[in-house]
Amino acid sequence: MYRQTEIIKDSSEVSPGGGDLEEGGGAEFVINVGPQHPATHGVLHLVITLNGETIKKVEPHLGFIHRSIEKMCESLTYRQFIYVTSRMDYLSSHINNHGCALCVEKGLQVEIPPRAQVIRVIMDELTRIASHELWWGAMAMDLGAFTPFFHAFRERETINDIMEETCGARLTMNYMVPGGVMADIHPNFQKRVKDFIILFKSKVDEYDELVTGNVIFRNRMKGVGFLSKEDAISYGCTGPTARGSTASCDIRKLYPYEVYDKVEFEEILETGCDSFARYMVRIRELRQSIKIIEQLIDNIPEGDFQAKTKAVLKLPKGEFYSRVETARGEFGVYIVSEGGATPYRIRFRSPGFSNLSALDHMIRGGKIGDLIAAMGTLDLVIPDIDR
Amino acid sequence: MWSLSKITDTIQNWLNQTFNPTWALIFEMLIVGVCVISLFAILGLILVLMERKVSAWMQIRLGPNRVGPKGMFQSLADTVKLLVKEGLTPGGADKLLFNLAPFVAMIVAMLLMAPIAFAKDFQMWDLNIGVLYVSAISSVSVIGILMAGWASNNKYSLLGAMRSGAQIVSYELSAGLSALAIVVLTGSLSVSDIIYSQADGWWIFKGHIPAIIAFVTFIIAVTAETNRAPFDLAEAESELTAGFHTEYSGMKFALFFLAEYVNVFIVCAIGATLFLGGWMPFHIGNWQGFNHVMDFIPSSIWFFGKTFFLIFVIMWFRWTFPRLRIDQLLNLEWKYLLPISMINLLLITAMAILKWHF
Repeated sequence: MYRQTEIIKDSSEVSPGGGDLEEGGGAEFVINVGPQHPATHGVLHLVITLNGETIKKVEPHLGFIHRSIEKMCESLTYRQFIYVTSRMDYLSSHINNHGCALCVEKGLQVEIPPRAQVIRVIMDELTRIASHELWWGAMAMDLGAFTPFFHAFRERETINDIMEETCGARLTMNYMVPGGVMADIHPNFQKRVKDFIILFKSKVDEYDELVTGNVIFRNRMKGVGFLSKEDAISYGCTGPTARGSTASCDIRKLYPYEVYDKVEFEEILETGCDSFARYMVRIRELRQSIKIIEQLIDNIPEGDFQAKTKAVLKLPKGEFYSRVETARGEFGVYIVSEGGATPYRIRFRSPGFSNLSALDHMIRGGKIGDLIAAMGTLDLVIPDIDR
Repeated sequence: MWSLSKITDTIQNWLNQTFNPTWALIFEMLIVGVCVISLFAILGLILVLMERKVSAWMQIRLGPNRVGPKGMFQSLADTVKLLVKEGLTPGGADKLLFNLAPFVAMIVAMLLMAPIAFAKDFQMWDLNIGVLYVSAISSVSVIGILMAGWASNNKYSLLGAMRSGAQIVSYELSAGLSALAIVVLTGSLSVSDIIYSQADGWWIFKGHIPAIIAFVTFIIAVTAETNRAPFDLAEAESELTAGFHTEYSGMKFALFFLAEYVNVFIVCAIGATLFLGGWMPFHIGNWQGFNHVMDFIPSSIWFFGKTFFLIFVIMWFRWTFPRLRIDQLLNLEWKYLLPISMINLLLITAMAILKWHF
């Protein structure tokens, strides 16, 4: 089929006679899942080596949506490059922007006003809820249940409406700027968020009823895609993927930024190390996010929403790094500055890339259905992996 | 009350008076053929629309509502689209088998309609081994799927066909054993005998708990046999893109699609016939007035009402449950359903011998 398949067939890893079912012993079947495939949620290409239904090897091929965002950022100013980062992990664009803004602020040594800090955290958590909801629906759809998708989108729509009102966009928000946020919150913001919290609390229980307790669902998820704590750490997994394997890695707790050290919330850890544990981490995180928003929504301090910054930002010579917790894990921004108005080099550490690298280890020996289930719980966003 | 058999009798008498018996038989066959083909098409249209409406209702959507009043002509418009679409045959495919497979699937579905009693005395072919005929012919449908999967020269299709082969062959056992339970109770394989034996009450009520177990097993098994979710592994959309019909387009795809829906109709019709009394109205003991009112409803409405209720149940499954994995699917059959239905058959046999049923 594809040329890549031929290369794998020829490589020494596959036993001789690969693909030929008649020759005993080396019965192998190589199929390409993707780049166009309903379960990869984007243009991810997985080359799977099968023995019947059992998976022997999974090899992700990347680069189908590589837009050289890091290189583009080198020719954009410190105000401009944030807009590009919304297009990486488009489901947590707020948090991406936040990470970049934090890094620039670190370089400029700007103290951002408390109002902006609180708004940023609320926006981050709303984004996390929206992202987890999309993941929940899409993952249920991967497992063959279509209905949850629509139920998840119903609530996600409410968040998008709130975002639209304040940020003027529904997906690529570009709301965080160095020094604070771009504009003040809409007068309706607090009321609508509070309405949403009331609505959403009952809906999370509905999600549990619809999917979490389902026998078929549990059987599909439990014991599938096992990833031990050691493996999760050595593959560099972060976010819910690692927390499902009891590896504590929540940046919000370990290296608190903005007001995360002032709010009460738990770092969710599950001991199952399988797909179901990763699923439960995300479902429980939804409730934690709600808890954080509840604490902050009535306590948005008065004041400026943006610190005073120069029109043209120039970072001092040096290297700056900041990290934030996106819905998928740790997002790191590394800026090397030569003192000019544009960065010398920017490097993003995206959570999806590391999480995807653990897929092969997780899934060997499983069935095709397990691959889809495990991939669903990794919550991959392909533009985040390729950048 | 009103009976469609009067119409059929009139037509038969007229044909026999006008022509000699051979020609009359040929004309009858032609009429039946046209009826089956049009029923096939109409059922397809109705069921596709029904599925879309049911799914929309469960998914808090509106569903099709643009073409015609309340979107009633949506599936008609889809059919036109499929008709004018190019039917591609992929390179490297086995052309004969590839093009034959959809017809095998469709012909099987059509043949299955023969012994079904749509209304009182309105049956194409009341053969004395009706239930056996149905289970024999429905096993042929796997050949169409295997053909399609093998001939497509596509790895997804092959995997889908492989899965469906394992699945259909396994689940036929449970479906057959549950149907056998009713055959044991009735003492006849003929569909009309089975229906007439339920004149004083449907088997699901008369047969105590074993009949209910047989009914539930039957519904699960036929859902799997028709490749419907949660057992739609043969075409598992998120795993195998479209499984065995990945490479099909246009009308050839539509034939698979139609065959699937007509198969659903047929298995539900058989379920309704075996367990819910076919076209028999609902009677309660000696409530003369109530029974009389029930008798007033035409038998075809009883039959289609029961069948569409079962179809709704199967659609409900599809839009609620996630899909099983292949090993879980086979475990469910061989470790649970098959032993249960075997023991159940023994119970039913004992019950039938001891005349414990009503």
